[in-house]
Amino acid sequence: MTPAIRVRGLVKTYPARPPVEAVRSLDLEVRVGECFGLLGPNGAGKTTTLEIIEGLLDPTAGEVEVLGLKWGTNDTEIRSKIGISLQETRLSDKLTVRETVTLFRSFYATGLTPDEAIACVSLEEKARSYVDKLSGGQRQRLAVATALVGDPELLFLDEPTTGLDPQSRRQLWDVIRAIKERGRTVIVTTHYMDEAERLCDRVAVIDQGKVIALGTPAELIAQVGGEHVIDLDIDPASGARPSAADLAALPTVNSVREDGDRITLTAGEPHRALPALLDLVRAAGVKIAGLTTRTATLEDVFVTLTGRHLRSD
Amino acid sequence: MNPLWHLTLARFREFYREPAALFWVYGFPLILAFVLGLAFSEKPVPASNVDVVLDLNLEVAESLRAKLANDPALKVAVNDEATCLKRLRTSKTDAIVVPRPGSTPDHEYLFDATRSESVLARNAADRALLRAASQAPAPIETPVTEPGGRYIDFLIPGLLGMNLLGGGLFGVGFAVGDMRVRKLLKRFQATPMRRTDFMLSLMLSRLVFTLIDIALLLGFAYLAFGVRVRGNPVVFAVLVATGGACFAGIGLLLGSRARTMETIAGLVNAVMLPMYVLSGVFFSASRFPEEMQWFVQALPLTALNDALRAVMNDGASWETLPYPMLILGLWGTISFALALRIFRWR
Repeated sequence: MTPAIRVRGLVKTYPARPPVEAVRSLDLEVRVGECFGLLGPNGAGKTTTLEIIEGLLDPTAGEVEVLGLKWGTNDTEIRSKIGISLQETRLSDKLTVRETVTLFRSFYATGLTPDEAIACVSLEEKARSYVDKLSGGQRQRLAVATALVGDPELLFLDEPTTGLDPQSRRQLWDVIRAIKERGRTVIVTTHYMDEAERLCDRVAVIDQGKVIALGTPAELIAQVGGEHVIDLDIDPASGARPSAADLAALPTVNSVREDGDRITLTAGEPHRALPALLDLVRAAGVKIAGLTTRTATLEDVFVTLTGRHLRSD
Repeated sequence: MNPLWHLTLARFREFYREPAALFWVYGFPLILAFVLGLAFSEKPVPASNVDVVLDLNLEVAESLRAKLANDPALKVAVNDEATCLKRLRTSKTDAIVVPRPGSTPDHEYLFDATRSESVLARNAADRALLRAASQAPAPIETPVTEPGGRYIDFLIPGLLGMNLLGGGLFGVGFAVGDMRVRKLLKRFQATPMRRTDFMLSLMLSRLVFTLIDIALLLGFAYLAFGVRVRGNPVVFAVLVATGGACFAGIGLLLGSRARTMETIAGLVNAVMLPMYVLSGVFFSASRFPEEMQWFVQALPLTALNDALRAVMNDGASWETLPYPMLILGLWGTISFALALRIFRWR
């Protein structure tokens, strides 16, 4: 079966001194019907990659196939089969929701009716409101409606929930899940880990223009060694510190990371690692300010892979 | 579900739902025409001020004053010499009559040869005194003013041209720039929308706005000042449409690449302001020196304004068309073609 998207050796270099390498030899394959997440910090190259796949930017090198078609030869055909919600598009303030969706519908030969698209994003009550009267979350849902109205096989959502309040984010997640249930392929970029974990069937973690990890959220979390994380906060006044070697030798502990006064361990079996950890701390005379255990997240995956946090801003 | 129709409709809706834009596009030119029309409305030339110097010879001065005061075109004052000179220097009076008893004629004029009021006052005073001296009856004078030759008749075609220019440059250039800044162009680029539909919608909406604009201004000029189109109305309509299309093309070119509104505002002003000055909106372009005329005459607004004046005021017809059509056609076509080539969607 033809993948929804196939990207091989994608490179995008912006001319500057020195040249900016936004994307460096990136490979991707997105299957039909899945929700695929591109995850990474700001500036990782997510949006550049997405815009090349969407045909808005030309790659410096590499191959891109969308629904088995290639940019440059089948442009109009691809455009009629994909739907896009860009980051930061400001739709016209003085058009109503329905007028905006109707305008976008007129560009496509086939598709949903404007009212169906509005219903998909639950904006029926706002159909007659001007765009400038919508909240941020409603505007994002309108942007998704303009992407849906052509009934695309492939839907691109670039940071759809950035800057939204928790309730608006959940509403958008419901919208995206409903689209997926209709058998459409969805590609989402985000720098929210929880979003990727909840929405995406598979995730590619991108950093500095490359895919550094790929798999289902559960696979990625398992890859970094254990689904459980122990955060140990050492009292800043404490003179003694446990050594990294001792910590790594604790039962079922897979990795140790120190970040200031916080030591983060991943462990396969916290019920075995924890008592041993407490014994070690007591024996070494370390004063601790706090101890928490939690389930590992994609954030931990990213930090483990890169040594940096996703949202350093 | 015709995309051209929906794109054009969207332009209309965005426009008429923005009251401030409505005012600046439609209200402002009317106010401008009204104010300028009032300021330059035809009033008889005011009476000239003439001072008579009284301290040399009271008798002669009084006789001069009486003769001058007989002329309704003169306002006469009598002052001592120092005051007279000061009043002339500060433009309080326009000319001084100095009695010269004993000589023939018995007076002399002091006036400022660089001020037209002053020359006018000297001439009026001279005429009054000559008529008083001669016994022959004065000829009958009948003042005549015809619509068509007044300043407002000159001004309205210029304002029409100016509106077409401003509308095209701002209307199209700003609209395109604004959509680029809002990333709406990029969003459109990601759809199967045909590029030609988009460009045509800009042109079509501009054409309709322009027609409303011109109709309002013409209607107003007719009601308030009796300005009419004396020539062939079809030729007039052809000129307006061609001018509007030409300026829309230039507007599209100015807006075709700029990424900020400031850049577009700068470009639009850089193109528009020189033409406001050079192209004969408020005064005739023929006032510029001969060496500049080749340039002034090649400007699209000059060609349009001159042709509009010929049709509106001189009653011209088809024979006026070739030159403005050539100039406007060249500017419009080259700008439009260039704009399409270099147009940036993001």
